[in-house]
Amino acid sequence: MAKLVELLVAASLVNNFVFTRYLGLCIFMGTTKKMDTAVGMSITFTSVMVISSALSWVAYNFVMVPYHLEFLKIMVFIVIVAGFVQAADTMMRKVAPGLYYKLGIYLALIITNCIILAVPLINADSGYSFIESLVFGLGSGLGFALALIIMASIREKLELADVPKPFRGMPIAFILTGLIALAFIGFSGLITL
Amino acid sequence: MSTEGKVSYIGLLKNGIFGENPVFRIALSLCPAVAVTSSLKNGLLMGIGVFFVQTLANVSISLVRNLIHERIRLPAYILIIATWVTAINLLLEAFAYPVYKQIGLYLQLIVAFAIILSRAELFASKNKLLPSLFDGLGMGLGFLIALVVISFFRELLGSGTLFGYPVVSSKPVLLFVLPAGGFFAVGLLMGFFNWMDIRFFGGHGASGGGH
Repeated sequence: MAKLVELLVAASLVNNFVFTRYLGLCIFMGTTKKMDTAVGMSITFTSVMVISSALSWVAYNFVMVPYHLEFLKIMVFIVIVAGFVQAADTMMRKVAPGLYYKLGIYLALIITNCIILAVPLINADSGYSFIESLVFGLGSGLGFALALIIMASIREKLELADVPKPFRGMPIAFILTGLIALAFIGFSGLITL
Repeated sequence: MSTEGKVSYIGLLKNGIFGENPVFRIALSLCPAVAVTSSLKNGLLMGIGVFFVQTLANVSISLVRNLIHERIRLPAYILIIATWVTAINLLLEAFAYPVYKQIGLYLQLIVAFAIILSRAELFASKNKLLPSLFDGLGMGLGFLIALVVISFFRELLGSGTLFGYPVVSSKPVLLFVLPAGGFFAVGLLMGFFNWMDIRFFGGHGASGGGH
């Protein structure tokens, strides 16, 4: 149990995907202009992350390892994730249209996100058990959500700031991310796995 | 082949390197630009990986573009890209293992790069073989150059070396090889390119979009 908590903290804070592994930056930069979008994205993202780590764990350990097909993991994982996201999209439209109109657009964006593929790949490489994979997926999702919400709240204030013209938009967002990443270095001594 | 055709091929190459540079101008696929650029060697290898995947994916998608039904085109493109990424990964794992160990995760994630899929969708699926090839070459080169520029500055400032050889004797600015330094370097370089664009070419600053 203690190990699972450690894994959760490590995945969300110490090895935060955005600030120390630099993944998912496209979505990170694209959806943090408004708080609503950031929150919607966080919810969708965390749930997709947990379910897709479960699905790909099953495929990896019950199909690919017994048949020695590990070298195909990139293709298999992207098909699983894309297929699952597509299925979730269709089901949500039928079953929960209200939720679909709120979160549907984020689902479409998720397929091209590298974190969603990185999590199954890291799970497979580190040989996590089923529960550990789930916890790792959850931690990564929460860490990403944290990053999105911090960034969105800063960028909403940034609208009012007088930024030099060449730095408006992306450049200043990058420098901001750098500053937050500096703060996240502080977590690095928290847990050593 | 007429001369007119040749001019447009060069135009395609230039478009990838300057006009629509994937990193600095349209701001796509930024993860590797920050992640693997702490040393020139890693940046160069990553750039080469992307260059090959982009070119090969463009060529193969352009070849099969009339055979794929429109409604399943995106999954089909992703599978084609994933095939090439797997091939490049196996190759680099065999021949450049020390570097592969450091940047392997990012090399595998080339498959999820928005830039490759977006070129496939916007260009290769609508154009003949040769234009697609040159578009792939141009975009790949643009990406490679961007990564080399960023990693050049980061390695020079952060560790005072180039390709691992010491160049500067003064004390290095450690910040630039830290995770945070990557964000600063990309942000400052983007700002610089925008400034050049506004100052000398009368543009109004690009890269406002994101995603």
